[in-house]
Amino acid sequence: MNREGKKALPRARRTRLSAMFGLALGATIAGSLATIASTAKADEPAAAPQLPAYFTSTSDPKAPAWPDPAGGAAGVWAAPAGDGKGDVPEKLAVTDLYDRVAHNLFSINFVWALVTGFLVMFMQAGFMYVETGLCRAKNASHTAAMNFLIYPLGCFAFWAYGFAIGWGNWWNGPVPPGWYASLGPGLSVLNGGIGIGAAVDAAGNATGAYTYGILGTKGWFLTSSVNDVSVMTLFFFMMVFMDTTATIPTGAMAERWAWKNFIIYGLWVAFPYCLYANWVWGGGWLAQMGINWGLGHGAVDFAGSGVVHAMGGVLALAGAMVVGPRIGKYSKDGKPQAIPGHNIPMVVLGTFILAFGWFGFNPGSTLAGTDLRISFVVVNTMLASVTATLGTLLTLELKGLKHDPSMMCNGMLAGLVAITAPCAFVNPIGAGIIGFVAGVLVVYGVFFFERIGVDDVVGAISVHGINGLWGVISLGIFATGEYGAGWNGVVRDTFVKAYGADGVRGLLYGDASQFVAQLIDAGVVATVGFVLGYVWFKFSDLITPIRVPAEIEIEGLDIPEVGAPGYPDFALHSGGRSLSG
Amino acid sequence: MKKIEAVIKPFKIDEVKEALAREGVQGLTVSEVKGFGRQKGHTELYRGAEYVVDFLPKVKLEVVVDDGKAPRVIEAICNAARTGQIGDGKIFVVSLDEAVRIRTGERGHDAI
Repeated sequence: MNREGKKALPRARRTRLSAMFGLALGATIAGSLATIASTAKADEPAAAPQLPAYFTSTSDPKAPAWPDPAGGAAGVWAAPAGDGKGDVPEKLAVTDLYDRVAHNLFSINFVWALVTGFLVMFMQAGFMYVETGLCRAKNASHTAAMNFLIYPLGCFAFWAYGFAIGWGNWWNGPVPPGWYASLGPGLSVLNGGIGIGAAVDAAGNATGAYTYGILGTKGWFLTSSVNDVSVMTLFFFMMVFMDTTATIPTGAMAERWAWKNFIIYGLWVAFPYCLYANWVWGGGWLAQMGINWGLGHGAVDFAGSGVVHAMGGVLALAGAMVVGPRIGKYSKDGKPQAIPGHNIPMVVLGTFILAFGWFGFNPGSTLAGTDLRISFVVVNTMLASVTATLGTLLTLELKGLKHDPSMMCNGMLAGLVAITAPCAFVNPIGAGIIGFVAGVLVVYGVFFFERIGVDDVVGAISVHGINGLWGVISLGIFATGEYGAGWNGVVRDTFVKAYGADGVRGLLYGDASQFVAQLIDAGVVATVGFVLGYVWFKFSDLITPIRVPAEIEIEGLDIPEVGAPGYPDFALHSGGRSLSG
Repeated sequence: MKKIEAVIKPFKIDEVKEALAREGVQGLTVSEVKGFGRQKGHTELYRGAEYVVDFLPKVKLEVVVDDGKAPRVIEAICNAARTGQIGDGKIFVVSLDEAVRIRTGERGHDAI
């Protein structure tokens, strides 16, 4: 794609145009939301759901305990002076013990979710290393800067509107009977959203939820109505996941993506992510496919092969297609040219950081340290990462290629991406197989996109896009049914009779409908994500050019775009092609 | 005076340096260069794309000697740098107009 011949509008006119665009768009969105919100109030779900017995001592129907900004409502910590009972066993009633046990359960879950979230946040460093190592030295500072700034941009957008869209109506979600929120009932304040239809339970009574949840509308900028300790934990955990998606396209589009265009992307990406996340995790219609259409447990995605990685991968594909290949990537007759990365050790270190962070990403998604399935999740994650690397190794070997470290790193990441959805639901053998297939797929993916003219600097589309979709689908094949009983509110008598409980199970274990649900889930993320991404990147190009001019691309983006050379002490190759050898 | 420029394989530099020392050559300049003659390069595959390695790393050394010494120095370099495989390199001899020692201002033969 040659952009040199394109005529641009004069700058002043472009600025006016974009300002008008922005105003019109903003006004339309604000207006529609206001209208919908006001009509939605009539359908607004009821207050907090029926609470388990051990909350009776702390919850007073006249004085709702949530939102709970101080953490006292989720069970009471033994307060020697406060409740006059302290550590005096004779004075404690059974309900007091329940209080303290409940508080401990929630405490373990909080600590778990928060600390695993810290690991996921650190994955930003891993992405930075992998991407910077795979780009040329003249673009190192710019690539690192993109991976750095995506964290504040994404976080801000998530705070402003993303969390509200994604989880503002979390309460709408179909939940298993007798289930309690692992982070506390405070999450029940997330009960504002937009949807279609009024859901009814088995007895035919309206539950107050939407049949088809579309998006949430509560929690903009985390205002006081959602100032609850449980909500804060959920916000943090979901935010670091969103940032993983946000940073994926920076890899595919590196070395020619204009800085200003990247910035507006960083503020926008929360939108497609949170919209789709609402459908799968936030109580939306994809999760509800089980109870609505009898498709397994609806779309199941434990830690986000679909929500995080497939979405990031298809956005990366859309972006790479719109921004076009790097100068010199394809010869005149369309043959792909190698543009080697400047620092392979950086790539390997980054991969290790990501693999480490994934031990937060996957097991953290139980949102409960008290859920001992976490050990399976960890082992499944590790095994998939390992078999994937070996799968890549074998593929390279059989193709007669050398064992390129950057490709092997892509292999490990592919396995991690693929196991992210099924990690809690498969057994170690299944995990090993899923990982191995991922390792093979990523090699073919990289070669495929090279060949069809999509320049993906780091292999992000193959690692995250293709294997994100494989992860979603593989759950529908390999889920064993041992875990996830009642997931997304689905409890089917036939399965309970046959297996004792209705856990999440795939094709090979007797539930073909789950496989269908996963196929639909994969289809939705691939199409919706790609369409939204493609439209956005094309539109954003009108606001500020998506690609840097040719002279800047050849010189290197470090100084022109971000004003700081990555390696000022070294004489760097400047030119379309570095002197090889 | 003659300036002898030799482009040789990088791993031969120590041998050549010792051979020159035995010939009484007291100074030389070395730079790292890339190049090819009839050796050409080879093709690798990097992430699905061909990666032509045609410039090969070489070392270029430059010594300045009196006219009389030049043939022996050339032969010393050849013997030390030769492996018998293609890519051994080349030697170019250039006549020099002037040489100056910066510290003392000496010129000509005294500067070498």
